[in-house]
Amino acid sequence: MAKINVQNKTNNILPGFGLSLGYTLLYLSLIVLIPLSAAFIKTTELSFHEFWTAISAPRVVASYKLTFSASLIAALINAMFGLLTAWVLTRYRFFGKKFVDAFVDFPFALPTAVAGITLSAVYSTNGWIGHLLDPLGIKVAYTPLGVVVALTFIGLPFVVRTVQPVLEDLSAEVEEAASSLGANRWQTFHKIILPAIWPALLTGFSLAFARAIGEYGSVIFIAGNMPMVSEITPLIIITKLEQYDYAGATAVAVVMLVISFILLFAINGFQWWSNKRFGHVK
Amino acid sequence: MPTSAIPPISQYAKYNNKVIKNRARSESDFVRYSLIAVTLLFLSLFLFIPLAAVFTEGLRKGTDAYFAALSEPDAISAMRLTLIAAGISLPLNMVFGVAAAWAIAKFEFKGKSLLITLIDLPFAVSPVIAGLIYVLIFGLQGWLGDWLSGHEFKVMFAIPGIVLATTFVTFPFVARELIPLMQAQGKEEEEAALVLGASGWQMFWRVTLPNIKWGLLYGVILSNARAMGEFGAVSVVSGHIRGLTNTLPLHVEILYNEYNYAAAFAVASILAFLALVTLALKTYVEWQVEQSAASIENEIKE
Repeated sequence: MAKINVQNKTNNILPGFGLSLGYTLLYLSLIVLIPLSAAFIKTTELSFHEFWTAISAPRVVASYKLTFSASLIAALINAMFGLLTAWVLTRYRFFGKKFVDAFVDFPFALPTAVAGITLSAVYSTNGWIGHLLDPLGIKVAYTPLGVVVALTFIGLPFVVRTVQPVLEDLSAEVEEAASSLGANRWQTFHKIILPAIWPALLTGFSLAFARAIGEYGSVIFIAGNMPMVSEITPLIIITKLEQYDYAGATAVAVVMLVISFILLFAINGFQWWSNKRFGHVK
Repeated sequence: MPTSAIPPISQYAKYNNKVIKNRARSESDFVRYSLIAVTLLFLSLFLFIPLAAVFTEGLRKGTDAYFAALSEPDAISAMRLTLIAAGISLPLNMVFGVAAAWAIAKFEFKGKSLLITLIDLPFAVSPVIAGLIYVLIFGLQGWLGDWLSGHEFKVMFAIPGIVLATTFVTFPFVARELIPLMQAQGKEEEEAALVLGASGWQMFWRVTLPNIKWGLLYGVILSNARAMGEFGAVSVVSGHIRGLTNTLPLHVEILYNEYNYAAAFAVASILAFLALVTLALKTYVEWQVEQSAASIENEIKE
């Protein structure tokens, strides 16, 4: 690999480097970088005190708490059931498996607004699932629990799709070795398989978490949107915009952007670790 | 690297036909069936039941009401706007994706991994913020607001804003598909074409493009699903003007908020059907890539 790279640098005869890189940078700047920088520049219109007041108002803080806790719970549910789904899809054969496998990506393909109205219909007290939960005293739609349901739906494909390829490529020899050395299945899973898929699981978990934090469309229909109780941070931004409080909306947006960027770098790190670990196992 | 839920198509080029029938690697029947049952229960609660519900709710008032909801003028104009937004943003991002993947996969330069991370940024940004940043630039109080209103050119609460927001949220898809694919393919074939006397564009149309067609198609399928379904970003920039700046997902929201549930679900079912078509096409492309990888593998064996 290193040898090829050296060759690349010295005599690459392929054309179009200047054109393609130039166009890439221009388009990236126009569509993404300049607009995103607008958010950061807009906040400089505020004094630090105004900025702090905008991002630390009780209603805004309540929305952070809800957004983060609901996203965390949803991502944990997805980590658990996503691992299980990936396991069942790679290891077992059953009727309709191909269909189920393709269907895992449904939350990705379904518009979020459709997901939102559908989940609130299914989980409301007279909905198909909601009416079964109601006698147990569990109300899902129009409560914080509804937010968790919507975010679980949205994040469902992430863990499955990051863990699945790693499980598929896990070499049979290590498991056979563990078995021949007397480990039972649970010990093999716990001590051999889980450490190997751990980075991928963590990547999928953080992807689901990052997606959940920014999610808007699917949540607002099922959440009920009560201030201090079931109002998510993206909705706070929308509400401020509707009141023409652009600076306040942008201040909250900047807080979310910074958190998203930190997550993005963390995810890049996990992925790098995963590739390294995975390459090692292979 | 992140951050789409869907792994790149290049992954399906690995031909594997493993049959796992090995006592050291399998569980007892009881464990196996329980795990399958729990998985299917989980997926039913979150996927299958909601899917069935969209269509049932849409047809609750009968097929006449269903088709009436789909053929009313506001619904038609929402469909048209959704097609326009996807129809403009997809080609833009396709050209960008091919250019970016060409530069990144075939050449070495400083800051490459930073560039790849920056291309991913739109996936990390909340859709609401994606809309907000364009309001800050093109809105009445925005950077270009005065200039735009002086020239009577509307971006916000008009079609250009919707196209821009859609372009932002679908920005990384094609590039993310093509970068790993073109990296894996290397550049020997292009070099051979050039040595044999092809011009740069001949090489591109006859060698590069046929090689990346499945990856490109895969990226377009994924972008299209997102483009037609985008809600948060478009909702910020659209202004919700009925019959003018409503896309299909926004039309669903308006009907739902007016308690016109049957009509809302009827329009929603169109989008759900579109999602199913997306999954079918996606599976077909994956199957094609697996097949061609398998046939190459067999040729090598023979």
